[in-house]
Amino acid sequence: METFLAVQEPLAASGVAEYGWLLIALPLFGAAVLLLGGRRTNAWGHLLGCATVIAAFVYGLALFLSMTGMPADERVRELHLFDWIPVNALNVEFGLRIDPLSMVFVLLITGVGALIHIYSVGYMSHDQAGRTGADNTERRRFFAYLNLFVGAMLILVLGNSFVTLYLGWEGVGLASYLLIAFWQHRPAAATAAKKAFLMNRVGDVGLALAIFLMFAELGTTQYTEVFARAGEMPTGVLLAIALLLLLGACGKSGQFPLQAWLPDAMEGPTPVSALIHAATMVTAGVYLIARSNPIYNLTEDGRLVVTIIGALTLLIGAIIGCAYDDIKKVLAYSTVSQIGYMILAVGLGPAGYALGIFHLLTHGFFKAGLFLGAGSVMHGMNDEVNMRRFGGLAKHMPITFVTFGLGYLALIGFPFLSGYFSKDEIVAAAFAQEGWRGWVFGGAAALGAALTAFYMTRLMLMTFFGEKRWKGQKSADGREYHPHESPASMTVPMIVLAFGSVFGGVLLYSGDRLLGWLEPSLGAVAHAEGGALPHSVIPFLVVGLSAVGVLLAWLLVGRRPVPATAPAQVSFPVRAARADLYGNALNETLFARPGTWLTRALVYVDNRGVDGLVNGIAALLGGSSGRLRRAQTGFVRSYALSILGGAVLLTAALLMVRFT
Amino acid sequence: MSGSVLLLALLFLPLLGALVVAFLRSDDRVAKGVALGFSIAELALVIAAWAAYDPAGDRIQLSSSAEWIPQFGVHFAVGVDGIALVMIALIGILVPIVIGGSWNDRLPEERTAAGFYSLILLMQALMVGVFAATDVLLFYVLFEAVLVPMYFLIGRFGGARRQYAAVKFFLYSLLGGLIMLASVIGVYVVSGNQLGSGTFDWETLVATVSTADTSTQIWLFLGFFIAFAIKAPLVPLHTWLPDAGAEAPIGVGVLLVGVLDKIGTYGFLRYCLPMFPDASRELAPLVLVLAVAGVIYGALLAVGQDDMKRFVSYTSVAHFGFIALGVFAFTSQAQAGAVLYMVNHGIATGMLFLVVGMVIARGGSRNISDYGGLAKLTPVLAGMFVVAGLASLALPGTNSFVSEFLVLIGAFPTQPVFTVIAAVGMILAALYVLWVYQRVMQGPLRGNAVLGLAGGPGAAGDPSSEGLAARLASKVPDLSRRELAVLAPLVALVLFLGVYPQPVLDVITPSVDATLTELGVTDPVQEGN
Repeated sequence: METFLAVQEPLAASGVAEYGWLLIALPLFGAAVLLLGGRRTNAWGHLLGCATVIAAFVYGLALFLSMTGMPADERVRELHLFDWIPVNALNVEFGLRIDPLSMVFVLLITGVGALIHIYSVGYMSHDQAGRTGADNTERRRFFAYLNLFVGAMLILVLGNSFVTLYLGWEGVGLASYLLIAFWQHRPAAATAAKKAFLMNRVGDVGLALAIFLMFAELGTTQYTEVFARAGEMPTGVLLAIALLLLLGACGKSGQFPLQAWLPDAMEGPTPVSALIHAATMVTAGVYLIARSNPIYNLTEDGRLVVTIIGALTLLIGAIIGCAYDDIKKVLAYSTVSQIGYMILAVGLGPAGYALGIFHLLTHGFFKAGLFLGAGSVMHGMNDEVNMRRFGGLAKHMPITFVTFGLGYLALIGFPFLSGYFSKDEIVAAAFAQEGWRGWVFGGAAALGAALTAFYMTRLMLMTFFGEKRWKGQKSADGREYHPHESPASMTVPMIVLAFGSVFGGVLLYSGDRLLGWLEPSLGAVAHAEGGALPHSVIPFLVVGLSAVGVLLAWLLVGRRPVPATAPAQVSFPVRAARADLYGNALNETLFARPGTWLTRALVYVDNRGVDGLVNGIAALLGGSSGRLRRAQTGFVRSYALSILGGAVLLTAALLMVRFT
Repeated sequence: MSGSVLLLALLFLPLLGALVVAFLRSDDRVAKGVALGFSIAELALVIAAWAAYDPAGDRIQLSSSAEWIPQFGVHFAVGVDGIALVMIALIGILVPIVIGGSWNDRLPEERTAAGFYSLILLMQALMVGVFAATDVLLFYVLFEAVLVPMYFLIGRFGGARRQYAAVKFFLYSLLGGLIMLASVIGVYVVSGNQLGSGTFDWETLVATVSTADTSTQIWLFLGFFIAFAIKAPLVPLHTWLPDAGAEAPIGVGVLLVGVLDKIGTYGFLRYCLPMFPDASRELAPLVLVLAVAGVIYGALLAVGQDDMKRFVSYTSVAHFGFIALGVFAFTSQAQAGAVLYMVNHGIATGMLFLVVGMVIARGGSRNISDYGGLAKLTPVLAGMFVVAGLASLALPGTNSFVSEFLVLIGAFPTQPVFTVIAAVGMILAALYVLWVYQRVMQGPLRGNAVLGLAGGPGAAGDPSSEGLAARLASKVPDLSRRELAVLAPLVALVLFLGVYPQPVLDVITPSVDATLTELGVTDPVQEGN
């Protein structure tokens, strides 16, 4: 068996880190004040919401800086807070693991989180009907849920056991549910939220079962002990745990076969899509697998399945992304696809854990930026999402156009922008695999790059270039379109994220800054030699394929006018892609419909069968089958009779015992 | 010494209260107020008893005993272990909340508040007695006696089909009780054969009956088990619960599902396992099948309900499946989880029942299909619905998570297959909670109950939901201060016990360990494993 550099044993937290609980407490405090304070906090609720997250970011930054001052082998720290669930051999601690991996997430979550909180101040300033400042209850509720999300997400990444991870895991699920259903009078939003929660719960059960297995095998659920003693578990159990954790990751991260909820989640307000359903929560699956690297290191089969799921999902997401006309859904499927890249990367094991996190970070910048840009477009276009109604918006929204454009270039891997570094590294690592794996996984990743370039170019062309198809049209609520640039509170976060999209990659990549930083948590990156294709040709291959994708999009979309309604007569692949490659239809046929029939049948049986049977027996034993029917009039008598019967029996029995 | 006085006071204070309130027929407000006062005094006693109880102390504490029927060795003997104590604490917490929650209930004609609240207090005294009894015959008598106030509370103060439901409840329970009586006599006989003279003393019975041969144990076990399985209720003996739960007034439903049903699962722990260890181990697979069947079956039926109160009852059937799984998985984690589940379910489902009652009080209908979009009119009530629902589906951070997690993680090492099946119940729980919430609270304003308040569906000519909402806003008020005061302690408990369950677990765990020792099993997963 291969051996890898083990994850470091943690030391007790000291100095700044002793107040690590503040990271979680701050946003949760904000959420509590806004939810319990009610209307009294309407006026300043959004400011408090921003302040708690900014404060958490500042503290996180201080924590990060103090960690950079430590030697690398002292950077993994644990902070014990209290015993959460102690029963004999089981002791679930409530504690924090403050290490390079969790710090990276803390900065991402609070940093991007703070930007999106600020953006939301502008975005949520007018309600659904387009009125400004009529009633700030909605906005306060929104910031309460956002704060709740940040708190839960920080528990997820900072917890020091699989159970605290699970607490955060379902906590972010709740925040996601509440925010998808934020406009809960819309049936589509309510349904999408429920769907998201349910599909996540399927994954959560996988995660829970993995935790149960760890306890049964090792008697603990704490990271430190599980990781140190993972090798004691038999291979079969390790594989089972790896697959169950993967199931959890698939639910949270919208990976095949649990991907269908993520596009529907776009019913939520756009800042939510940016923060939760692009930059942070949906990447939790990647975190889970990277965090569990001591387990995955020991099961090659488990890693292989992870890689397959990642490769499959990146292609599914990219293919469907080509077919949608809804700007947010294209971005959502793009997220599915990009997380597929990350899952593929962490499935490669020590060669890929850090690469997955690298892509997660750059993706966090440019995808959040893209979603905020889409939100800005919608903000100026009466909440329209249909790209066939856009066109020529570049002139009307210059800042949005430029920042969105930079995010677009970063995503398709334009040379030296952030996506270029992180995606190329994954493609290269995939190609470096031995034998058929190199060709299959490398090939899938490279093909995905071409598809990404295609659908994103199509989106750019349809939105910002070409004819102004919105002229003379009216939105669903009967208003004319007057596209305009968004206020500064929205554009400033977009500009900051655009900077990240441009420079993030090179900053993190140069000198192995990020990869070296993560070593104490993830082990050293194992650069594979050989494989299907050498590393040096990868940039050319990926850039070349992306260029083909861009060109194709221009030929198909840019060169000719875009029809205002989607053409109905299309080929099978397009039809399949529009139908989400039949993922929803499959769920419907396999689960929803049989489930409905089953519950109906059971309700019938329970009312007629089980109840009838037991009623019958009860009536029989009661001595009169008519008693129940006559109960309306004769109940006092029957009651007295029963009591009498009981008393007689009791006395008789006692006497019997006494005299025998 | 002072401890035993405390427990006796816990028993007799509500009884005294019941007597006093029964005479306050002339003024409903006074009757309610006095009842509330007694229940709060009882809660203070509960806190004192909690403080007096030493988790590291004797198996049974705060005990006292007096001869009752000396010819048969029957004693009026009471005392508590950790399991009984947490249940008595749950009663102490729920009764004031139930009284506050029923405050504005419209009573049927010719019924007075004095009657209602007197019966509530009587039931409280009897329930405390059931959990505190350490004489098996005393337990049996109280087990049956509890039926009487419950029967009248459902049959006199309930909904339209209250008498059908009350009789059904009564017959089921009585049937179970009579079967148990045979076993109660049986253990007396067995102890008599061994000791020369029979006894009903619980600790002596545990020591003697547990040594009987397996087939005797199995027969005696079954007598107790059937009675408890009806109470608990386990599938397929559950069908009285949806009727009783639906027809009972909301507050009575809270006590029925929150406490009274727990007598069944408590009985498993207190009587079935320690007295009949061989039979328990022998028959555990059978019980586990019923438990896991209940988890899935109850959840599926909850999904299919249109009546909100029946819905809550069926969710309880699923939850009782989890509890039974925890009891019969025979590990300390699972069993401590099951006991904690009994407490948490009382809090969470009690809250869900109350919230549903508040919805019904506004719309006047129990049917889910009569509602829609209520969150727009009553956002705070909707928020409370969410909290109760999340506690019901055991979201981490709520109290129920800790217990469900303990049951499952504890059951997994000994019963992996049953645990995996039960884990599917976690998904179904999310489905039934969120779907009901969606239909009642989310979406546009709709449904006869909601639109009826605006002057009927026909009068809702204004198509914009804004106009409709404006007209309805004055007719459908959000939570009143009283309602908030009733729910606030439950919300606090849901969150506190979700984050810091340790004080309760510390009380439960030693008693569970003792039960498992009596059962003769050890944990498969040991410290430092």
